[in-house]
Amino acid sequence: MAQAKKIRKRITIHANKCIGCRACELACAAFHAKPRYSSINPARSRIQIIKDPLKDIYLPVYAGEYTATECTSRNKYILDGKEYSNCDFCRASCPSRDLFKEPDSGLALKCDMCEDTPPLKLPKCVEWCPKGALIYEEVEEQVQEQAPPLGAIEIGVESMIEKYGLQKVLETVAKLARP
Amino acid sequence: MKYAEAGINLEIDLGTGNIERKATDEMLTESHLGGQGTAARILWDRVPPEVDAFSPDNLLIFSTGLLVGTPVIGANRTMVNTISPQTDRYSHSIFGGFFGPELKYAGYDKIILRGKAQSLIYLYINNDKVEIRDAAHLQGKGASETAEIIQAELKDTRIQVAAIGLAGENRVFMASIEHANSSASRGVGMIMGDKRLKAIAVRGTKDTYVAKPAELFQICNRMVQEIHDNPDAGDTMAHGEGDEFHVNNFAWGNARGRRKDFWSKEREEAWLSLENKLRVRWNGCYNCPKDCHQAINYPGRRPYFQKCYSKLTYAMAAMEDLEFDYDIIGLTQEYGLDAYSTPQVMAFAIELFEAGILTSQDLPDFPATGAARFFYLLEIIVRREGIGDALANGVYLAARQIGKGAEAFDHNTMKKFEQVPIKLSMINYPYFLMYATGEKMAINQIEGSFPQTPIADKAEREAYVKGWVAAPERFKKWLMEWEPRTHPTIEASVHICDWNETMHYVDDAIGTCAFLSSFRGQFGGRPPYHIHNLPELISLATGKPLDSDGLWKIAARNRNLIRAINIRRGLRRVDEAPPANQWKHRDPLAEKQLLDAYYEFKGWNDDGIPTAETLDRFDLSYVKDDFIGRGILEKEHMTHDKT
Repeated sequence: MAQAKKIRKRITIHANKCIGCRACELACAAFHAKPRYSSINPARSRIQIIKDPLKDIYLPVYAGEYTATECTSRNKYILDGKEYSNCDFCRASCPSRDLFKEPDSGLALKCDMCEDTPPLKLPKCVEWCPKGALIYEEVEEQVQEQAPPLGAIEIGVESMIEKYGLQKVLETVAKLARP
Repeated sequence: MKYAEAGINLEIDLGTGNIERKATDEMLTESHLGGQGTAARILWDRVPPEVDAFSPDNLLIFSTGLLVGTPVIGANRTMVNTISPQTDRYSHSIFGGFFGPELKYAGYDKIILRGKAQSLIYLYINNDKVEIRDAAHLQGKGASETAEIIQAELKDTRIQVAAIGLAGENRVFMASIEHANSSASRGVGMIMGDKRLKAIAVRGTKDTYVAKPAELFQICNRMVQEIHDNPDAGDTMAHGEGDEFHVNNFAWGNARGRRKDFWSKEREEAWLSLENKLRVRWNGCYNCPKDCHQAINYPGRRPYFQKCYSKLTYAMAAMEDLEFDYDIIGLTQEYGLDAYSTPQVMAFAIELFEAGILTSQDLPDFPATGAARFFYLLEIIVRREGIGDALANGVYLAARQIGKGAEAFDHNTMKKFEQVPIKLSMINYPYFLMYATGEKMAINQIEGSFPQTPIADKAEREAYVKGWVAAPERFKKWLMEWEPRTHPTIEASVHICDWNETMHYVDDAIGTCAFLSSFRGQFGGRPPYHIHNLPELISLATGKPLDSDGLWKIAARNRNLIRAINIRRGLRRVDEAPPANQWKHRDPLAEKQLLDAYYEFKGWNDDGIPTAETLDRFDLSYVKDDFIGRGILEKEHMTHDKT
């Protein structure tokens, strides 16, 4: 596929500057409430501070992709004498933990960089972090041109196939299509 | 739906195990706001003076401030209120960190505890699920160790824990409640221990609401940066500022003398280098950009959070250096001890030993150095072993239990409670009033809005007053007129005391941190929160109109109600006397005039009792009726001349 230029949004996380106040969680949760700011609940935040203050662990982590299955491993990282699990760095909304899920429905959450119309100057978490632990940047990247995005029906059918298998879906469509 | 508050109080009887969810009363929230305000009303209604502090009927109330959990920056305080056995009066304490917001997100404004459990238990609150759980395995465990064990056994590091250590379990009167980087002092940990409640663990994932969210967020969005950048906000003393002031001006040992020769350039450098070596990281409380606390890793101790002035209290009381303080806090915080009062009890014991009142029979193998003696005393106090049993009741009561002239060494308590060890030369009018009349037993819970000292330079004074938006208009004139080495007038002193305490009563109701508000105005005069901008924030959160006069009135209502609780328990004018040696040069006539003028201004009678008219003015007629019923106030004249 052809090469194209794309502006990529990025948050650089200076974990050593984090003081663990969780204002980012509050701001994120409120911004993403519907309507905007209508409720406050850090459990709904798409950024979570992984924290163990007396061990000096402060790790702001953003919600990434949903995954249906958990990892088989629980690897350890030792960084500057501090012990982390690979889950600490992981952005996935995953069955092994409550992180990055709507507390009521369990639906997966994902950081959207506070996309809004008109666009915000900064994602809310960055704006609420005057300590400079979260720094927003826009970087230009060479990317492969993407195939056009899937339509709503295609996404729906794809997930049906994932759940029931292609054969079953085909049979069902054939059955429904019969006059 | 209720705004700002969760709308539910958790009522728990630890004796029967009964747990109830009770809706909060909207009228009470309007008249007292929340936090300490509504807690005081509950204590007034349910803990009459006949109830002893150790009775199962005494309540221990954890209250989130009204604005806790909302976007208001630094609104993260939990208030703890009960009746103290040390003073037999109302006891008030506050802690920050993350507990209050978590409780609000779990759906509760307060936890109201009565009764006593049969064995040591802990409370686990996870949204609607509330459990009383066995805590036998936590017996004797340190406070932060307890939090760690509970988080591990419930498999959730997001659970917030408030716990007592061995001191609370053993009903040591100086016992604190410890949570993360904060602690609740002034004896509330002892009542938690008396109720056999080792810890409260909270996890909350519910929504909270404010009435005008978009507007409130817009203001807070701006304030988070402003507060971060404001050099006058936060605990600047934690960052080393004020070390010189404290060692030079606060009294060492058992609140005895100042040591003008202690501080030096070399000392300052040594302290800075030690702190930098031991500090793991500066950190903050929930939704606040100020990093007022430091995590400390002292060799041989569990890592801990150093809190505020505890940095110096043990060192100065033991006549030791900073390193000793860092060492002993590693133990005292795990034991759960108030760092203000405990060092004074220990220094008092050392004086008794040196005076021969306590002997080697009371203190066998008592070591020779201040440091070793403090470690020794610490162990016998938290275990109530031997003479430690008396010392664990605080200086005032211990002095009377020990006798043999020990009372003479109790020179720094007031209303039976240890005061900050600061002994100055010349009586200070506003401070005399704050010490004398405060219900909260600690000067740092009363002072804070008007500068402590006059500004000598006229131009500087003018600049200070010009941008002084925190101050009601009348204070600008009084500050302008205040020349060095003079007292503010009696009228000004009364108002200064009134303003200072009023701001604390506001913070204690809404849960904003005093370092952003009531305590910080006195240094630099630019606190982020003050009587002029808080009403709008409260109003946007609750949806109820409120202006500065209205907020002042609520604070005054809470102040009078808490006064009434203490009056009903026997507080009178005679008790409102700062320690005799608080200032070297006293002025009995001015002191009498000050107290008279303050009582009159407050609408209290000559004995410091709110009058019937005052109680009516603050919608506290039920207090009036109670006072009349008990003969505290005389019955009003029932007939009025109608001509």
